[in-house]
Amino acid sequence: MKRSLSFRRRAYGAVMMFLMRLAVVIVCALAASLVAYVLWRGVPNITWELLSTKRSYANGTIGILPDILSTVYVVAASLAIVLPLGVGAAIYLNEYARSRRLVAVIEYAAETLSGIPSIIYGLVGMLFFCQFLNMKTSLLAGSLTLVIMNLPTVIRTTQESLRTVPAGLREGAFALGADKWRVIRTVVLPGSVPGIVAGCILSVGRILGESAALLFTAGFAHELYGFFEGMGSAGATLTVALYVYAKEEGEFGVAFAIAAILMALTLAVNFSAEAAGRALRKRSGQ
Amino acid sequence: MRWVFLLAGLTAVGFVALISVYLVVSGIPAMIEIGPAEFLFGTKWASTAEPPSFGILPFILTSVYGTAGAILLGVPVGFMAAVYLGKVAPQRVRSAAMAAVGLLAGIPSVVYGLVGMLVLLPAIRNVFGVPDGAGLLAAILVLSVMILPSIIKVSVTALEAVPKSYEDASLALGATPVETYMRVSVPAAKSGIAASVVLGVGRAIGEAMAVMMVAGNAPNMPSLFESVRFLTTAVASEMSYAGGLQRQALFSIALVLFLFIMLINAALNLLLKRGDAK
Repeated sequence: MKRSLSFRRRAYGAVMMFLMRLAVVIVCALAASLVAYVLWRGVPNITWELLSTKRSYANGTIGILPDILSTVYVVAASLAIVLPLGVGAAIYLNEYARSRRLVAVIEYAAETLSGIPSIIYGLVGMLFFCQFLNMKTSLLAGSLTLVIMNLPTVIRTTQESLRTVPAGLREGAFALGADKWRVIRTVVLPGSVPGIVAGCILSVGRILGESAALLFTAGFAHELYGFFEGMGSAGATLTVALYVYAKEEGEFGVAFAIAAILMALTLAVNFSAEAAGRALRKRSGQ
Repeated sequence: MRWVFLLAGLTAVGFVALISVYLVVSGIPAMIEIGPAEFLFGTKWASTAEPPSFGILPFILTSVYGTAGAILLGVPVGFMAAVYLGKVAPQRVRSAAMAAVGLLAGIPSVVYGLVGMLVLLPAIRNVFGVPDGAGLLAAILVLSVMILPSIIKVSVTALEAVPKSYEDASLALGATPVETYMRVSVPAAKSGIAASVVLGVGRAIGEAMAVMMVAGNAPNMPSLFESVRFLTTAVASEMSYAGGLQRQALFSIALVLFLFIMLINAALNLLLKRGDAK
């Protein structure tokens, strides 16, 4: 059978196959070498002093503990706000909405939000939260900016998993006399946990990697604060700190140490996202 | 409770309105004061000179050329990889490669910028013998890697959704598997693949930090080896100290960028809708 193919067709097949394999090899090699290079340059620079102190100009030492804490605070604050909002929006779209046009408008808005570049979020966040609402440059303003950015993700993943809750379960609960809110609380929400978790993980990944939106909303101070004090003051997350150390100060050792930490976190986020995705698929397969 | 959920749903709409209104209201005044034609087509940006000149054509062209270059490099690689992963690859290879793609998508842009600064720029200096590696070429290379994940993920999804009966029919007519993928599956998935390219365009034109670290940031007209400034980096690089008309002009640049993005969003929606209709 293969023999009867003309030379041209065989050559076409071979060349295309080679190009496809080459492309996949390029992609995998890029990913692998990026991880390896960053870890190789960064890990030796991660010292206990770096992780556990704040920057001291007097001693000339650099520590990233404040940046780590700022990152944790921003992640926590953003999630605490975006989760209820996003899950609520998804529940409205999936359980309550009757007007098709309204659903289309909301979904279109969410899609638009997910396409807007982070530098524009940063700019509007600065104008609206920092100046108009007078929050100054603070972690709170940064977190709220990230809430807007991550809202579409949470809405989408929650919606996906709400769709996997069988209509029969809802109808059964209604038949037993439960009202809408009770059905949502006891049947729909528990069923959508995998989607909410997936949205959570994706948002954490995006927040950890975000820098342009935070530069002008959360600022780049390196001070140690508690949570509530920190929310009201400026602070750099790890990504912003990386940028400042690499671009403004030429401290490449510190920058690579932060990059290695971020790389490890990215890997962790990707693995957990995959696990959550598998759980979601398993449920929808049932 | 209904109203609480409705309110949550409407916040997304509210945010879009907020962003649009803020960008238009803060972006229009400077454009009018400078003169729309002079602003958009002026070739000289000297915001702190006396008298200042605010022409953003260099930024617009740099963004357009940079994005086009990234697409030119990234799309062939992403497309071929997507066909292999969506159609040819054994399960094991596929899941390993998709993990690599997911990783590329998750790496923070500042990390791309950092590696670009320390690996790419010296490499460009050595290979092309230029004094400074920072410039459009470096930005294009970094962007072409950064758009790969969007192109591959969306294209693979589109290719997997092609009905198997199309491919079976083609195989039964005597086409080889490779011919079937390239001439039946790919055309059948073309709106999804086109959407992936548009998504890549959006990513590339909106990227700020990685570009900021490798493009050099001088407001020159675009040229491969000279320091250049994109629309995004033009906003980011002066925002921290700008005041008065200069600051307002930065908002106008953001408005121009926003209009580009809206155009891209509209194209994306059109393509995806066409894909659904089939």
